[in-house]
Amino acid sequence: MSGTSTYVPKSALGKWFESRLPIIGLVHSSFVAYPTPRNLNYLWTFGAILSFMLAAQIVTGVILAMHYVPQANLAFDSVEHIMRDVNYGWLLRYLHSNGASMFFFAVYAHIFRGIYYGSYKAPREVLWILGVIIYLLMMATAFMGYVLPWGQMSFWGATVITNLFSAIPLVGKSIATWLWGGYAVGDPTLNRFFSLHYLLPFMIAGVVVLHVWALHVVGQNNPDGVEVKNVARDTVAFTPYATLKDVFGLAVFLIVYAWFVFYIPNYLGDADNYIKANPLQTPARIVPEWYLLPFYAILRAIPNKLLGVIALFSAIALLAFLPWLDTSPVRSAKYRPVFRVFFWAFVAVCLGLGWLGSQEITDAYVLAARILAICYFAFFLVVLPLLGLLETTRPLPPSIADAVLARTKGGSANVAVGPAEKSAV
Amino acid sequence: MARPRRASACRPRREEKRLGVHLSGEATVDQSRRDFLFIATGAAAAVAAGATVWPLIDQMNPDASTLALSSTEIDLGAVPEGQILTVKWRGKPVFVRHRTKKEIEEAQNTPLNELRDPQSDAQRVKKPEWLIVIGVCTHLGCIPLGHQGKYDGWFCPCHGSVYDTSGRIRQGPAPANLEVPEYAFLSDSKVRIG
Ligand code: HEM
Ligand code: FES
Repeated sequence: MSGTSTYVPKSALGKWFESRLPIIGLVHSSFVAYPTPRNLNYLWTFGAILSFMLAAQIVTGVILAMHYVPQANLAFDSVEHIMRDVNYGWLLRYLHSNGASMFFFAVYAHIFRGIYYGSYKAPREVLWILGVIIYLLMMATAFMGYVLPWGQMSFWGATVITNLFSAIPLVGKSIATWLWGGYAVGDPTLNRFFSLHYLLPFMIAGVVVLHVWALHVVGQNNPDGVEVKNVARDTVAFTPYATLKDVFGLAVFLIVYAWFVFYIPNYLGDADNYIKANPLQTPARIVPEWYLLPFYAILRAIPNKLLGVIALFSAIALLAFLPWLDTSPVRSAKYRPVFRVFFWAFVAVCLGLGWLGSQEITDAYVLAARILAICYFAFFLVVLPLLGLLETTRPLPPSIADAVLARTKGGSANVAVGPAEKSAV
Repeated sequence: MARPRRASACRPRREEKRLGVHLSGEATVDQSRRDFLFIATGAAAAVAAGATVWPLIDQMNPDASTLALSSTEIDLGAVPEGQILTVKWRGKPVFVRHRTKKEIEEAQNTPLNELRDPQSDAQRVKKPEWLIVIGVCTHLGCIPLGHQGKYDGWFCPCHGSVYDTSGRIRQGPAPANLEVPEYAFLSDSKVRIG
């Protein structure tokens, strides 16, 4: 997916094949010879972790679908059947349900990394927007997946979220009926959600290909936020440098994932979802999965139905406009002292909203959620546009290599010398 | 296969007409005729595309079996004064509330200008002692809890909407009153919903 391939097949069969379908060369140029900035830190391993998690969700999901029954009277029992009767069913289900959480943890690390280091700035706008599309598809997929076990939270979560569309003037009610296939969430809703839950991850996979393609056209950003100037000095080859770093990051990530699966598999879930869906009784408290809580808090903070729904969707949509809302020419927060403070404040606002979204509503919490919601929007609409014009940034290093060498106090002996550098001498 | 027809020298006028061109040297094009064909083809294609896509969309609307389950009969004798019966109709709960004197008075004496979705109590009931409403919060669809909240009506636990003894919205994020379904009294003690 990057420029021309340097791959030269060695065997006769390899040559024969490469001249007919140059796919090995494509993989080689994308994941072996591909030059990666030499200063990448562990936050850059989340891309590989996310790819792994998508594959893991697809593998465990397709297997679960072999035992699951998408029918309102049977769905709940079929999930219990998976848990109790199917060989290793408990493992597959816990891998899949905790996998969704780990997937979101990784995507949030990945997104906040992008914001901190200004990775959305030119020429990476399309790359960034493709990422926002993946995030939206992930939310839709996870929401529909959560409906499948047909517990109380599944049912009432689906009711609240599909009712968001009923806020649309004039056609809202018809849209909700259309989504349900009835007058309320029911069997037809469960069936279509299963169908879409199966489909969307493959659409995500398609967008991931575009995302990686766009990445390999414009190149990776890096912690110093300066472009690669000299491939030989500023970069190392993807394999083995990035490959091994990614594998190590993934291994650490998998330890955490396994810890959840084997020791606290229900910690992130809701006990109410082990009660079969009852359309005549709403649970005392409806909370979405943790990864959607900040948006839920924004929805609840606003005392008007339509405006609440608009605020919820714009909170997500704003992400797509980041490349144009942030007016600063400097990418990395390393060289933006004021932005860095606001960045951490923004992280705190998101966490605060998340916490409020999980609480029962009292007047004090609603007020707090309103204040934080205003801060959330202000970060995008006031802070980022103004800061680019007002902030005094620190001087940028002339190149990635200079930044790395300055950090290791000029001792070039301390810097790993990649094959690219050797050959360039 | 039909034999290919060629612009023959013996019938130049006819061929010119058929092809919409002049076959003589300058070969000018009849532009208005082309535009017409272009627009007509495009319009036909758009109609065909719409007709093809519509079934793909409409299949998601409630199907015939869902529409068939559209009415329920209730015996009111089973509901003592002050109680609320919940019945399932079209997959949703319907509240049948046998209101007390005090509840009826509260509902009737509320000034309309205090209401977000102004409706008099008389517009919402057929017999004052029986209030029949769909038990779905008009905010995001939760089921409100009866005999709770500041107005003795309902309180929705999801996001805190409060309804009065006529099922009208009084506080919280819900935009509208609890919906009144279509219903008819079959006798003094029997009602049909739907
Ligand atoms: C983007 C990737 C995916 C995400 C984020 C995701 C998320 C989820 C979530 C959150 C649940 C609810 C788990 C629970 O509480 O029990 C679920 C259930 C389920 N998913 Fe997925 N999923 C993904 C991919 C897939 C795929 C590709 C399939 C293939 C058919 C699949 C099949 C299922 C099935 C059958 C269930 C119901 C069984 C159960 O509840 O454990 N999923 N999914
Ligand atoms: S659903 Fe009742 S207040 Fe939101």
